[in-house]
Amino acid sequence: MEFFVQLLIDGLTLGGMYALIALGFTLVYGILLMINFAHAEMFMTGGFIGYGVLNLLGSESTIATVSDTLPFMSFLQSTQPFFTTTAVGFILMMLLTFGISAVLTGLLGITIERFAYRPLRNSPRLCALISALGMSLFLQNFVLLAVGHRMVFPTPEFLANLDAVPLFGAIRIAPIDLIIFITCLVLLFTLDRFVSKTKLGKAMRATSQDKDAAGLMGININSVIALTFFIGPALGAVAGTFFGLKYGVVTFNMGLFPGIKAFTAAVLGGIGNLRGAMLGGFLIGVLEALASGYISIAYRDVITFAILILILIFRPGGLLGESVVEKV
Amino acid sequence: MNKVVAEHQGYLMQATNATIQFGGLRAVDSVNMNIEAGTIVALIGPNGAGKTTFFNLLTGIYTPTEGEILFEGRSVSGKKTHVIADWGISRTFQNIRLFKEMTVLENVMVGRHVRTKSGFFGATFRTPSFRREEKQIQEDAERWLEFVGLIEYANDLASNLPYGAQRRLEIARALATEPKLICLDEPAAGMNESESADLDDLILRIRDELNITVFLIEHDMKVVMNLAEYIYVLDFGKLIAEGLPAEIQSNPAVIEAYLGQDMEAAIKAKRRALLEARGEIAPETTPKPEAAAKDPVMMDSDGVVMVATEDNKEKNDAA
Repeated sequence: MEFFVQLLIDGLTLGGMYALIALGFTLVYGILLMINFAHAEMFMTGGFIGYGVLNLLGSESTIATVSDTLPFMSFLQSTQPFFTTTAVGFILMMLLTFGISAVLTGLLGITIERFAYRPLRNSPRLCALISALGMSLFLQNFVLLAVGHRMVFPTPEFLANLDAVPLFGAIRIAPIDLIIFITCLVLLFTLDRFVSKTKLGKAMRATSQDKDAAGLMGININSVIALTFFIGPALGAVAGTFFGLKYGVVTFNMGLFPGIKAFTAAVLGGIGNLRGAMLGGFLIGVLEALASGYISIAYRDVITFAILILILIFRPGGLLGESVVEKV
Repeated sequence: MNKVVAEHQGYLMQATNATIQFGGLRAVDSVNMNIEAGTIVALIGPNGAGKTTFFNLLTGIYTPTEGEILFEGRSVSGKKTHVIADWGISRTFQNIRLFKEMTVLENVMVGRHVRTKSGFFGATFRTPSFRREEKQIQEDAERWLEFVGLIEYANDLASNLPYGAQRRLEIARALATEPKLICLDEPAAGMNESESADLDDLILRIRDELNITVFLIEHDMKVVMNLAEYIYVLDFGKLIAEGLPAEIQSNPAVIEAYLGQDMEAAIKAKRRALLEARGEIAPETTPKPEAAAKDPVMMDSDGVVMVATEDNKEKNDAA
């Protein structure tokens, strides 16, 4: 039982990252009916940018000296003893790392759309697909040449010194897993609210359902598409940076497997369907963790994909594909 | 291609020599048209005459290959559709194009997009002004639903509405963009008698209460003759007639156009009958084509000319 719960926790953490990446696939597919094969590279680039920012920032203590000067420090410390200078330094460092990585990768996504996809928007769909594959190769090789094939991700001291959080019984969850899981949930929830409730979210949905009609109702299609190409890569970058923090290393081709699995997750949930991608991501993560725990680590991908094939035989549109709730 | 520089003459919409060519086909051919603010103008013509194509030119889906269309003195050529929507032209579609997977209310809220400001930043951080605006959007959308009489369906999926209600929802969505000119593409298509009477009423209210100019494509001649103050007739992309409803009704070119386009068999039969009468050909021994059996041009007791177009024919057949 404990083993099972432990595997479940691993699976949900992994699944959260898959879900973040899968959203990028599904968002773009929903609007342009295109599989953005370069999206896995957004995850990778995000990881590398996160690596760069963390290196630039140095250790928490450097940030701590800055945060000491912040006016609200003493107030925070007085309310909670947890907020030591290093803790606040760590939080600031994470916010900066993830923020910068997400924004820069998002801008990269917009740039790629502008120059590699938009000129092909009225061409046959295969053209954009090939352009995406080209972008993917270009980005991998660019990172390989410009940065290196494998970078050791600095682990923040504060994080390394944190103890595992006991849940119940002997079950513990690593702090990084807890952070990943909570952040993923918050992001997924925010995105869901954004798409279903806000004006821009409605514009995205309207665009995905009928581009011409949306344009005639006053929606600027190009900016909606650009927004989509910002949100997807930004979420992918968050996943990439988490990947680096969790596994301690980023490589130029690290997008491959998480990318394939996230794409699978998007298809599993019903491509184009936001909640489907989230569900699919968590499902694939949990399946993978259970398969590697109970059957064999070596065969975990085989098992995961075999289950995927089975599900798609019986529900070709994906789990939430047919009764579409929220399509973007 | 000599570019005509149109001079703005104070019309709300002014097309000068507007033309669009697809390969060898001039789908809209040198059309001159003026719409005065505050009027209800109809554009009629047989199927494939280029009416919807003209709407597409006006709303920015296509760019005229020659000539110019001015809206309030500004040329719509090459402008993006959302810019033209912002200027104040909105439209509905011949084949209903609602956002099917959104609720009725959400569809109308999308129409408010162009009249509201807050962007990504406000939405992400849910600033107070953003929240106020979201609330305002919803209230406005509800007001438009009330105007067209769909408020009780607000939370239904658009695709679940009955057909006539979907057409009215399209009108509500178009109104939500606060247009100065609303272009209705066959709003009465597929409606029954009472629905199309309600529609007449709604269109009049749009003009009288909201002071919005109405530009209407319609096959249902009853609707056209009831509403339109001025009529333009297109055939094969060319403007073949324009004038007051009474003038159009008795215009032989118009009747000819409808016959020629819609019921080739009918016109052949008529020609044959004419030639037979003149004695230029021998009377036909084979049975006449079926289409000739039903006269495509009818006149009701009010003297309104009813032309059997595809739509009307289907309706008649169904009845």
